[in-house]
Amino acid sequence: MRQALWLTGLVAVLIVLDLIVPRLLNPYLLQVLMLCGINIILAVSLNLINGFTGQFSIGHAGFMALGAYGSAMFSLHVGRGWVAALERLGAPGPLAEAPALLAALLLGGLLAAVAGWLVGLPSLRLRGDYLAIVTLGFGEIIRVLILNIDAVGAARGLPGIPNWADFFWVGLWIAAVVLASRNLAHSTHGRALFAIRDDEVAAEALGVNTTAYKVLAFVIGSFFAGVAGGLFAHFLSYLNPNSFTFIKSIEVIAMVVLGGMGSISGSVLAAILLTLLPELLRPVKEYRMVIYSLMLIVLMITRPQGLLGTREISLAWLKRRRSGPAAGAA
Amino acid sequence: MEPARGAGDRGMMGDVLLQLEQVTMQFGGLKAVADLDLSIGEGELVGLIGPNGAGKTTVFNVITGVYTPTSGRILLGGRPIGGLRPHQIARRGITRTFQNIRLFSSRCCRDNVAIAGHQHAKAGVIDALLRTGKFERDERAIQQQADELLEVFGLTPWAEVIASELPYGQQRRLEIARALAGRPRLLLLDEPAAGLNPQESDQLMHLIEDIRERFRVTILLIEHDMRVVMGICRRIAVLDYGVKISEGTPDQIRTDPKVIEAYLGEEVPADLGAGA
Repeated sequence: MRQALWLTGLVAVLIVLDLIVPRLLNPYLLQVLMLCGINIILAVSLNLINGFTGQFSIGHAGFMALGAYGSAMFSLHVGRGWVAALERLGAPGPLAEAPALLAALLLGGLLAAVAGWLVGLPSLRLRGDYLAIVTLGFGEIIRVLILNIDAVGAARGLPGIPNWADFFWVGLWIAAVVLASRNLAHSTHGRALFAIRDDEVAAEALGVNTTAYKVLAFVIGSFFAGVAGGLFAHFLSYLNPNSFTFIKSIEVIAMVVLGGMGSISGSVLAAILLTLLPELLRPVKEYRMVIYSLMLIVLMITRPQGLLGTREISLAWLKRRRSGPAAGAA
Repeated sequence: MEPARGAGDRGMMGDVLLQLEQVTMQFGGLKAVADLDLSIGEGELVGLIGPNGAGKTTVFNVITGVYTPTSGRILLGGRPIGGLRPHQIARRGITRTFQNIRLFSSRCCRDNVAIAGHQHAKAGVIDALLRTGKFERDERAIQQQADELLEVFGLTPWAEVIASELPYGQQRRLEIARALAGRPRLLLLDEPAAGLNPQESDQLMHLIEDIRERFRVTILLIEHDMRVVMGICRRIAVLDYGVKISEGTPDQIRTDPKVIEAYLGEEVPADLGAGA
């Protein structure tokens, strides 16, 4: 119940920000901000698979692509009709777009979740590097399929997607994925995931159905990756298969590892940092990626457990911090 | 519907809880366990001993479903459990500890114990994501049980400490507490006194007797520390090269020439063995 109140408050704040922020920022900054948001959703969702459960997936871009193309096709062929119908009934723009966008995002998410379930199945037998290769293969298959399906634009890309996703929607889904992760982490199901990461044999011996939980992590993680893809599509209005190469997957993994495996707030922080960093480094031109990589290396050497380790930044944690270092150390 | 395995279906002491019939576990050409017959009564505390490599831990792994026995039957409360996956067997009421401690090392002590409460949770994933009332009730029950167990094991001061940072002796206790959180009918302890000093293993002995009474749980114990085994087990089975060579009271085992031979590697005059 408390969370329902929180969410209502959050929606109100987001609506207000949605009216203010785009006016304050120039289009470039707004785009960086939106990409930050989408990357947060990607990182937090991958954290469920790689961080919580300790499975190594490098196919996150594949799930994102499925969500992106799935939702885009829905909007192009169905969603636009809904919006037109609602506008004829006199609904104002954003309100008319809301149901169509929500349906498109959910559809994209579900599409990715089904794929996540399918990819999760081999994870019952494979672990570590072997699973990583399977997920890598999956991501590439998705990309190559898209590259060869003419109906979704193939190599030309898919233009003309309605740009309904704005600050409000990205904020809402960030809240959704963070809240879902947090609630899961503090539940018996989340503890089951952590148990699998720490010691699969012991988890199984204590009654945890490890296979079901590994697949569950894949399903939830890929659902949100699909939603992030949908937001990406409806923000840029144009999709190209090249946005979903395995480099994108690696980028998201870097965020999860840098943030600290299993730390939700760490993933958020690292997603922001790793989205902003390349932008901030634009002035140094060709040295940009060199410096970016160097900074990553230095960060990982100095904090191998990630920015936050397995800790979380939360209200309780901040309170403990303020009440004295002794309490914080425990 | 509380514990499906509650006091109601817990028979009188003496009813057979676990029955192994002609259980064989073969790895390639090696018979780690051969035609083992073993039955454990409800409420019993049975010791399983034997020299290194005798197949004791393999017996545990077969009972808990880590291995599927090559042949033979395993019955828990009269129902076959052979071929079930480990988590299914845990849910039927068998939990265990491990010879080399396997705690969830990145989690705090309370979480370690709470994880085992998992199998009694009724709230699904959706409940957890939406924080429904059902979920809150479940979570309270799990946390309360975890706190109670930590209290019993004297681990309350360590509740928030990460498991890997605990002193070794406490880690052993935490593992037993965790296994009990699954509310087992049968608890398998794999060398719980390994690596403990004499005082600690004395405490452990009392603790094991105490938890058997308090939680009304049947216990099968592998142990190298003879003082512990002889001290608390009323019945002991001896394995050597996967074969059960003897079974009986501590006094019978102590004087059995076959046991002495297995441990010392050669025939020892019976009178000498009796004095040992």
